[in-house]
Amino acid sequence: MTDISEAFTNAFQLIISADKNLVEIILLSLKVNLIAIFISCVIGLSIGALLAVYKFKGRTLCLITLSALMGLPPVVVGLIVYIFLSNSGPLGILGLLYTPTAMIIAQSILITPIIAALTRQTLEVMHNEYYEQLKSLGVSKLAMAKTLLWDGRYQLITVVLAGFGRALAEVGAVMIVGGNINHLTRIMTTAIALETSKGNLSLALGLGIILIILSFIVNGLVYAINLTAERQAYA
Amino acid sequence: MLKTKQKPPRVSQNLFPLKVEKLAYEANGKKLINNLNFQLEADGITALMGPNGAGKSLTLRLLHNLIEKTSGTISWNNETNQELIQNSQAMVFQKPVLLRRSVIENLRYNLHVKKITGKAQQSELIEEALTRAGLSKHANNPARLLSGGEQQKLAMARALMTKPSILFLDEPTASLDPNATIVIEDLIKAANKQGTKIILVTHDIGQAKRLAEEVLFLTAGQVSEQGPAKEMIANPKSKPAKQYFSGKIVTEK
Repeated sequence: MTDISEAFTNAFQLIISADKNLVEIILLSLKVNLIAIFISCVIGLSIGALLAVYKFKGRTLCLITLSALMGLPPVVVGLIVYIFLSNSGPLGILGLLYTPTAMIIAQSILITPIIAALTRQTLEVMHNEYYEQLKSLGVSKLAMAKTLLWDGRYQLITVVLAGFGRALAEVGAVMIVGGNINHLTRIMTTAIALETSKGNLSLALGLGIILIILSFIVNGLVYAINLTAERQAYA
Repeated sequence: MLKTKQKPPRVSQNLFPLKVEKLAYEANGKKLINNLNFQLEADGITALMGPNGAGKSLTLRLLHNLIEKTSGTISWNNETNQELIQNSQAMVFQKPVLLRRSVIENLRYNLHVKKITGKAQQSELIEEALTRAGLSKHANNPARLLSGGEQQKLAMARALMTKPSILFLDEPTASLDPNATIVIEDLIKAANKQGTKIILVTHDIGQAKRLAEEVLFLTAGQVSEQGPAKEMIANPKSKPAKQYFSGKIVTEK
């Protein structure tokens, strides 16, 4: 049994000395999640803005589906992506299983509905306020969606950061499709799970501390952005 | 004032007379506007008056194509395609809706929508609008941090910057103090002098007297009376208008 205080001391040592292994895992985590969040933003913000503006038949069904997708169990998404990417799967020839790309795909599938649903919610409130005025000015529906995206930018940054936070903390799906391979697809959360089960608490704790710090930074940013936006009356 | 011979050329001339015939509007199975008929000329300021629920704001929105009529016709000098007309119309609401941007960007946005993209022309129109609203020194401030009166001045300036033929006003001074009201009324009069037809919804009888040449009095989605403002306010002929102008509460029918 490792002494807990020893584990903490070792963890801080790993962080302070910028342990190569640790840094590699952190950088891969950031890379996978930043790319995933970028993809999710491009798709999610567009879908959210269009759903806020366009009223069409079947829209309610879309909104319900989107809400349901928000709560997708990560392991199930992992499983589905696995099936698609595995050798016998329809996308097997791409050879993407157990690569960072597979992890990015899984993360994007998990995060996109969250971004889209929250964007729709945020922008619909604004749309209700803007609609008559914009129609009066002669703004087309598509241009309305663009206007909402720009005018909702501060609130949407919060939405995006919430998605990023969720992605950083995710473990189930990336574990399944990434395989948690050392130096290749091992990211913070999967490493923590593995190292803990191996009893290597120092590395697990070190990564855990970094993860919590990142979470603090993300939430701090959310708070700071909200504050400035309010001060500027742009929120 | 408008009866003098040297009238400025009216930009609204070619859109009038406005003829509204058998106009009806239903929402959720309720007939809110029912067989509305009237005609308006290009001259002057017309006030739409009547008790709450008379359909004044709805009528404005129907004329401005913000909502779709259930039946009937709206014809602007025989043109019934509302979308064609909408470009030469503008509207200012009771509560100004300003974008989450600076004052100057709020103005620029309108020009962008109207596809006026030339730098020089943009600057000129923006400068003119800022001066008109008296907001030059606030040009780069967030529009939504302005006072209520300043926000409404900005909304007026934005609506007028592209010189619309028709300006719809839905109780533009209902939530303003007397000073701000005077400024907005001056803007309305000036716009009208420059040739913009004004159609104004107001509950303020004093305001109707100060501004309007003509009153269109609505009750329960129908026209009760139409006529010169001063005469109608002093001596209304229809029962609902009599009750309204004498300060008695008018019920739906």
